[in-house]
Amino acid sequence: MRLSRWGISIAGALVLGLVLLVGWSGASPTAAPAQAKVGAATIKVGLITKTETNPFFVKMKEGAQKQAKALGVTLLTASGKFDTDNASQVTAIENMVTAGVKGILITPSNTKAIVPTIQKARKKGVLVIALDTPTDPQSGTDALFATNNYKAGILIGKYAKAAEAGKTVKIATLDLSPGITVGVLRHNGFLAGFGIKNGDPKIVCSQDTLGDQAKGQTAMETCLQKDPDINLVYTINEPAAAGAYTAIKNAGKAGKVTIVSVDGGCTGVRNVGKGIIAATSQQYPLKMASLGVAAVANYAKTGKKVSGYTDTGVTLIAKTPVAGVPSKGVAFGLANCWG
Amino acid sequence: MDIPTPVRSASRSMAAGLARAAGRVSAIGPIGPLFALGLAMAFFAVKSHQFLQGQNLSLVLQQVMEVAVLAIGQTIVILTAGIDLSCGAVMAFGTIVMTKLATSSGVPAIPAILLGIGVCAGFGVLNGALVTKIRLPAFIVTLGTLNIAFALVHIYSREETIANPPSAMTYFGRTFAVGGTNITYGVILMLALFALVWFVLTQTAWGSHVYSVGNNQEATRLAGIRTDRLLISVYAIAGVIYGIAGLLLVARTEVGDPNAGQTDNLDSITAVVLGGTSLFGGRGTVVGTLIGALIVGVFRNGLQLIGVASIYQILITGILVILAVSIDQLTHRGRQ
Repeated sequence: MRLSRWGISIAGALVLGLVLLVGWSGASPTAAPAQAKVGAATIKVGLITKTETNPFFVKMKEGAQKQAKALGVTLLTASGKFDTDNASQVTAIENMVTAGVKGILITPSNTKAIVPTIQKARKKGVLVIALDTPTDPQSGTDALFATNNYKAGILIGKYAKAAEAGKTVKIATLDLSPGITVGVLRHNGFLAGFGIKNGDPKIVCSQDTLGDQAKGQTAMETCLQKDPDINLVYTINEPAAAGAYTAIKNAGKAGKVTIVSVDGGCTGVRNVGKGIIAATSQQYPLKMASLGVAAVANYAKTGKKVSGYTDTGVTLIAKTPVAGVPSKGVAFGLANCWG
Repeated sequence: MDIPTPVRSASRSMAAGLARAAGRVSAIGPIGPLFALGLAMAFFAVKSHQFLQGQNLSLVLQQVMEVAVLAIGQTIVILTAGIDLSCGAVMAFGTIVMTKLATSSGVPAIPAILLGIGVCAGFGVLNGALVTKIRLPAFIVTLGTLNIAFALVHIYSREETIANPPSAMTYFGRTFAVGGTNITYGVILMLALFALVWFVLTQTAWGSHVYSVGNNQEATRLAGIRTDRLLISVYAIAGVIYGIAGLLLVARTEVGDPNAGQTDNLDSITAVVLGGTSLFGGRGTVVGTLIGALIVGVFRNGLQLIGVASIYQILITGILVILAVSIDQLTHRGRQ
């Protein structure tokens, strides 16, 4: 029993150390600037992302933090443990409501499952804005600040149409996953921009990639197996595009296949510079978050809630511009990229 | 296997001795974890005026109920020196079965709930049978059933979240007021389950056999206890408990979510270990598990209230787990 007591005292000492660690991390403000308490009587804004690690959400958080600092409000952040982690987001909303936030900005992990919890928060007077991804139904939140994914698709579709003019095109589409709105909108936008419909014989292969690089490579390998003459590839995002390029390169077809994509992450834009991706539609997570924080701060001060959909813009980034489709160069893309 | 008679009687008396030792440890209870919980609560009470409000403490209880109930099942499995990696996936399967039967197959709520729990119990029986009859390690068996249950969830749900379950399924998410504080019915169910399992583990023969099997399965078998049957019952009861956790999850989130529970196996093991239960089996208490789950919940809630990003909660949980296991090892070695 002597050693057991010894164990308990070690535990005590270590827990004490731990508490000091928390004290330290609490003291080094992840968000709360000193001026917050002076300026706006601690208006609190919550930001809940899908994960902590995806560069898209890192940029979003950065945008929110900058804006929070500029407006003198306190930002609370939380996220799920993996991309589809609904339970952690539910817990985060409840905790933030208890912490007294005026508004919550959220990229829902499960667009349907989060709605009942959001309703409870809204009933308590909390303004809830969806960032990047709408809830299902979209009216689940007060407002949506997001990229117009259909438009993002149209831009690369038009670009591909002009770039491939006069060629016999065989198209592969590397999609997200069935039933996920973002993926469907980009896919359909691309086809509309290109001037064809789902089921067109020009589309020789469609595969799901979950937006993942390794899965993108596998999908492209499968497609090339199916039809080695594919010369235009639509990809859901830039990691999938990078995977597709590896497959194309390994098949000895580098330079013969045009890849278009969506996102505008820094790695993706650099790949545009290298000629791996012909064109990409760049979106702006930082802007979604900073507009969101401003909207909550405004609600706290004036009682006015934003509503409806706000398009946070999308820009076509291409190394080689084509006639009739306005685009910006790689330098612009790099100056505005995320990740 | 042929075992000489002296060894047999030696192991029989050893089994009895170990069972007595286990009884003593569970009587002392989880002092270390309780101390850690108290410290954490004191810290957050100082840092945030909202923390100690009844409403917030009730919220913490509500937020831990799903993982805490899963961890009850995990505790009894771990007490037998087993482990259950399938608990979260099995629970998710239970929630999808109950919500989908009720919303699209027209099964009334109560039978649908019972069928959901029954499916979880079935997985428990399967786990237990594979562990005992084919003598596979619990880790491998439950890794297999984890993947099977995960796949079945996605096949059966067709990746769709099932919204608007019948009101009977969300009953345990409703609240009643006690002096201005809203308490969730599910929390009462959770506490009742803890009390029940605590009673069974400490006051019944079945309970002492669970500890005894965890200390030395062979000796327990030689002492005349049918260990195979005992282990299957342990995994089956754990399955029923996972089903109840699934019902609580549906009640709390008001949906059947096919992506639920993906990290719950590790989260429940975390709660068990933080509560001072030994991963080697035979030592620990279910009350400790409740405290372990509360430690995680208190850090998650408290850090959010004082504005620390949620990633620190994961960091701290990691440190606490290492601490808890180290302490267990040190004290265990001391006793030998």
